[in-house]
Amino acid sequence: MTTDRDHAVEPDETLAVDGVCVRLAGREVLHDVRFAIRAGEFVGLIGSNGAGKTTLLRVILGLQAPATGTVRIAGRPRARGSQLIGYVPQRILLDPDMPLRARDLVGLGLDGHRFGIPLPSRKRRQLVDQMLDAVDAVRFGDERVGNLSGGEQQRVLVAHALISRPRLLLLDEPLANLDIRSEQEVIALVARIAKEQRIAVLISAHEMNPLLPVMDRIVYMAAGRAASGTTSEVVQPAVLSELYGQHVDVIHIHDRILVVAGQGNGPDPTPGEHQDAPVGHRDRVPAHLADHT
Amino acid sequence: MFSGYLLNTWTVATIAAVVAGVVGFFIVLRGSAFVADAVPQGAFAGAAGASLLGINTLIGLGVFALIGALGIGWLGRRGRHDVATALALVVMLGLGALFLSFSVEYAPEIYSLLFGELFGVGTAEVAPVAVLGAVSVAAIIVMYRPLMLTSVMPELGEARGVSSYRIEMCFLVVVALATSMTLPVVGALLIFSLMIGPPAAARSVTNRPYLAMCLSVIIALVTVWAAIALSLMTNWPVGFFVGTFGACCYAAGRGWAAWRRRRAVRDDMDRPLAPQPVSQN
Amino acid sequence: MSHVLSLIFAPGFFGSGPVQVALVTGGIVAIVSGIVGTFAVLRGQSYAGHALADISVTGGSGSFLVGISPLWGFVGISVLAAAVMDMIGVQRPRGRDLATGIVRGAGLGLAALFLYWDATYTSTTGATITILFGSMFTISSSVIPVVVLLSLAAIGIVATLYRPLLLSSVSADLAYVRGVSVRLAGALCLTAVALAVALSALTIGAILSTALLVGPAATALRLTNKPGLVMIWAAIIGLAATWLGVLLAFDSFYWPPARQGWPVSFFVVALVFAFYLLAQLPALIRARRA
Repeated sequence: MTTDRDHAVEPDETLAVDGVCVRLAGREVLHDVRFAIRAGEFVGLIGSNGAGKTTLLRVILGLQAPATGTVRIAGRPRARGSQLIGYVPQRILLDPDMPLRARDLVGLGLDGHRFGIPLPSRKRRQLVDQMLDAVDAVRFGDERVGNLSGGEQQRVLVAHALISRPRLLLLDEPLANLDIRSEQEVIALVARIAKEQRIAVLISAHEMNPLLPVMDRIVYMAAGRAASGTTSEVVQPAVLSELYGQHVDVIHIHDRILVVAGQGNGPDPTPGEHQDAPVGHRDRVPAHLADHT
Repeated sequence: MFSGYLLNTWTVATIAAVVAGVVGFFIVLRGSAFVADAVPQGAFAGAAGASLLGINTLIGLGVFALIGALGIGWLGRRGRHDVATALALVVMLGLGALFLSFSVEYAPEIYSLLFGELFGVGTAEVAPVAVLGAVSVAAIIVMYRPLMLTSVMPELGEARGVSSYRIEMCFLVVVALATSMTLPVVGALLIFSLMIGPPAAARSVTNRPYLAMCLSVIIALVTVWAAIALSLMTNWPVGFFVGTFGACCYAAGRGWAAWRRRRAVRDDMDRPLAPQPVSQN
Repeated sequence: MSHVLSLIFAPGFFGSGPVQVALVTGGIVAIVSGIVGTFAVLRGQSYAGHALADISVTGGSGSFLVGISPLWGFVGISVLAAAVMDMIGVQRPRGRDLATGIVRGAGLGLAALFLYWDATYTSTTGATITILFGSMFTISSSVIPVVVLLSLAAIGIVATLYRPLLLSSVSADLAYVRGVSVRLAGALCLTAVALAVALSALTIGAILSTALLVGPAATALRLTNKPGLVMIWAAIIGLAATWLGVLLAFDSFYWPPARQGWPVSFFVVALVFAFYLLAQLPALIRARRA
C-alpha cells in the first residue's frame, strides 16, 4: 500500500522499487513493497527489528533475489558491482589486528574490486584526502579501522561509500550503536553531502525521530509491508493501523512523534497516555522522549 | 579378538571414547577444534622428551600436554587465538624434533604414539587411564554450567562473575588430561578426530545439550570399537579407521541437518545470492 | 675479527653444498610463506594452513605408492584438500575449524595407511615420519626451478586478489556489492595457501611450514599499519629466521649430546617464536604501565 500514485519509471528516479516480494524459509518477509526515490532526496526507512528493512536493503543491493517485483537504479535493472550504489553496512569486522588504516578503507571504495596491487598515485591519494576531509576524518586517517570508535568507523564507511560518486547511498542502521551526539553528527554529515552532490539517500533506522529534521520522505515498514510518502502523509493513525493490522495511535509531543499501540478497537487513548509499549520501540520509551515527560 | 591381552586395549579405548564424547561436546561448542588438535601433538613432544630422560611416557605426555594447553591459553590472551595455538604447537613440535634428534633408539615407538597401537597397552596403564578419565569427566560435570554459559554467551557469564579466562584455562587443562590419556590406543595425530567427529554429528541431530552429549559418547564408542575390530581384522592401523569414521560421522551429521532443512523450506526460489552478512547474526 | 666471524660462521658454512641449497630453498619458501601467510592469518586460517601441511605429507607418502614424483604428490593433494575444505567449510569461523579438523583427520588416517603400506609392501623405511616432525634439508637442487615457479604462482594469486581479499576480509557484503566474487576469492586464497604450504612442507618440513606461514605474518601485523608493508615485513622476518636457523644448525654440529647437530626446525621455530614475543613487548609494557 502506498500513498504515492503508481507511476511509470521516470528518468530522474534514482531508485524505483516495484512490487517486491521476498519469501525466506517459508515465511513471507516482504510483501508488495513499492516506492521511489529521486535524486537528492533523503528518505528514512523506518521499522522495528523484523519489519523487513534489512531484507529490503539486501534486495536493493542485489544480495537477495526477490520472488516477484523489480528494482531499478537510475532506470536500469539492479546489477551487482554497479558503481551507482554506495553502501554503508551496519557492522564490519572490528579486528584491531587488521592492518587497514582509515585511508586504506576509503581508498578501497575506489578500486576494491580491481585486480592487482595498487600503484601509489598522487591523484588517488588526493581523492582519499578530500574524502577524509569531507567526513571530518583526517585526524584519524592513519589509524587502524579496528581501533576507531563506532562513530569514527561510521564516518570512514560513509567516505568509503561516497568516494566512487554513487547516485544512491544506502545506510543500514547507522545510528544503532551510536550515542546521541554521534547520531546527530552522522545524520547532519550525510544530509549535507547528499544535498551538495544530489545523491539519493536511503537510511534505515528503527526510530524516526532523529531523522525528522532532515527526512524528505519516509518509507515506513511493519511486518513486511511498506507505506511511503512524506512524514505527515504516512505517519497517520489510519495509514499505520492498516500497516500494522491493529489499532495504532500517533502522538505528537513538541517536535517528536510517538507511535503507540492502541487496545484493539476500543476508544482512542487520551494523548500522552501510554496504553501499551510503543510499537516498534520494544519496552522502552526513547531516551530523548523520556526527558520530556 | 577378545583374548586376554587385548582386554586392556578394549578397556582403555572405551574409557577414551567416553571422555572424548564428553569433552568433545564442549570442544565443538566452543569452536576449539584447533586446540584439540594441537594439544596432543604437543604432548607427543613430551613423550619424546620423557623417553630421553627415562621417565614413563605417560608423564611426559601429561606434562607437555598441560604446558601446551596453558601456553595456548596465555598466548591467546595477547593475540589472535588461532595464531597462539599454531605457535604453541610448532614450538612443541620443534622441541619434539630436538628430543628426537638426541636419541636414535626412540624411532620405532614414534609410529605407535602418532597413529595408535593396539597391542601397546600394558595392564599397569589401565588404572591411571581410568583415574584420569574419571577426573576429566568429573571436572566437566562440575564445570558444566559455567562452561555452557561462557561457551554460548560469554558476556552474560562475565556479568554473573564467571571469569571467561579462568574457565577457559580449566577447560584447557581438562583437554590436556583427556588427550594425554587417550593417546596410547588411538594415537596423537588422530585422537582429536574422536573428539570432534562424533560430537559434531551429535550436534547436527539434536540441540538439547544432555542428549547431544550422550549421543556423542555413544557415537564415539561405536567409532572406537568399530575401528579396533576392523584394525584387528585387516591389520591396518587403527588410526586410519578412526580418522575415516570421524569424517563419516561428520558428513552424516551434515547430511542429516541439510535434509531436515530442505524439508522445512517449501519455497526454494528465494535462496540468498550472497553469503549471509555478518550483520544478520 | 676473523676469529669472531669464524665463531659465528663455523668453517665450511658458505662452501657447503647442502647449506647453499638449504639457504636458497629455505629462503624462497620463507618469502612465499610470509606473503601468503599474511592473508592466512588475517582470515583466521592458521589451522587450515597447518592441516594442509600435514595433508600434503600424506600426499608425499602416497606418491611412493603411485609412483609419481613426491613434489606433485605434495602439491596435488594439498590443493585437492583445500578445495574440499572450501566446499564443505561454512562461512563462520567455527564451522570452518571443525571442517578443517575433520579433513585433517581423514588425511592423517590416510597417511597412517600409506605409511603402513609403505613399510609392508615396499622397502621404504619410516622416513616420512621424520617429514612430519623433522626437517628435510636434503632436497636435491633439481627441484628448485619448480619450487620457484610454484612460489611465483602462489604470490601471483595473492597479488592479483590483493584488494578484493582485503575488502572481503573487512566486510563480505561490501565486497559482494562491489562485484567481488567473495567465494571465489576465498577459494583462490586458500589454494595459494595450499601451494605455499605444500612447497615448504616438501622442502623444509611440515613443522616449519606452519611456523613460517603463521609466525612472521602475526609478528608483522604488530609492526605496521599499512597492509602492503605487512606482507613485506612478514617475508623479511621469515627469511631472517630461516637463514639464522640454518646458520645455528650448522654451528651446532659439535654441540652435545649427540654431536651431530641440532635440527634446523628447532632453531627456526625458536627464532620465529622469539620474534613474535618480541613484537608483543610494547603492548605488554603499555598494558602494565596502564
